[in-house]
Amino acid sequence: MSTTGEIALSELQLDALTELVNLGVSRAAGNLAVMVREEVILSVPKVALMTRQDAIQTLGQRDSRSLVAVHQTFEGEIVGRALLIFPEERSLELVRSLVSSELSNEEIIELEQEALAETGNVILNSCLATIANALESRLKISLPEVIRGESTRFFTLPPPPEAGSTVLFIYINFAVRRRNIEGYIAMLMDLPSLAALTKLLDALIRRTSGASPA
Amino acid sequence: MIYKLLIVDDSKLARMAVIKTLSSCYPNWQRVEAGSAADALQAVQKEKPDIAIVDFNMPQRDGLDLVGDLRALTPDMPIGIISANHQQEVVDRARALGASFLPKPLTEKSLREFLTVAVQHLQELEA
Repeated sequence: MSTTGEIALSELQLDALTELVNLGVSRAAGNLAVMVREEVILSVPKVALMTRQDAIQTLGQRDSRSLVAVHQTFEGEIVGRALLIFPEERSLELVRSLVSSELSNEEIIELEQEALAETGNVILNSCLATIANALESRLKISLPEVIRGESTRFFTLPPPPEAGSTVLFIYINFAVRRRNIEGYIAMLMDLPSLAALTKLLDALIRRTSGASPA
Repeated sequence: MIYKLLIVDDSKLARMAVIKTLSSCYPNWQRVEAGSAADALQAVQKEKPDIAIVDFNMPQRDGLDLVGDLRALTPDMPIGIISANHQQEVVDRARALGASFLPKPLTEKSLREFLTVAVQHLQELEA
């Protein structure tokens, strides 16, 4: 049992959540692979309850470089934010892999901002929509926003947290090896959402296995 | 028969992706681009497209809102809603408006299937 304060996830709930994230991210990676026409390699998702500060630190330790992120918030029964993050120095390479090779460097630079937004939009939407469908829940997903800076900044963007300092932190590495592009998808949910999430997970477990989630 | 396709997406890159895919299916077709719902409504009146592909997730007014307006202006126009947000609710709302749902990123297969049905529909109307 994974516990933090009053909220706890059973082994089975945690397993179901990890599987769900796997499903969502696999679909997202499949879409990225179609867009860049290269294989996309994924790590096993890390799903953990931790303090907001630890989550920020985890990202900060992983990568102290200047980063670019596409940020989208989602709300429904669960509320949170999702980010697609990669090193800023590779962002033009990502754009180059998305567009026709006939485009000049100037044209690629001109397209960069919105190509990043659209890529994040496709990746994060397909991931979140897969999760929402599996949970038989609905999520309203915001428009994508491209932000640059250090990772510590990304999780302190508005809107402010609903309550408490503990968050559900999910992240997955992805790599497009042939293009030497690496990054990660991160999601952060506040605790009030987690209470709703455990109910949705229990319902999913019942539908999937017929087993009692207790 | 050459048709005119309206492509509505706030992302230029996404419009480029549709145009590229269209070029491999129907290189001779005409196309009109719009970057917002407001531009799309103007384009429909000015350019009279035969078929529309509309992004769901756009600033100001989303694609499903726009399809509601397009239906009032052009009840018979084949419309595809395109999005990576494949939540059942979005797919159902598209279908309720008589629009097809096309997953993003767009593949040649799904565009071809949508356009084949759209062309059949237009030909039945012309007959």
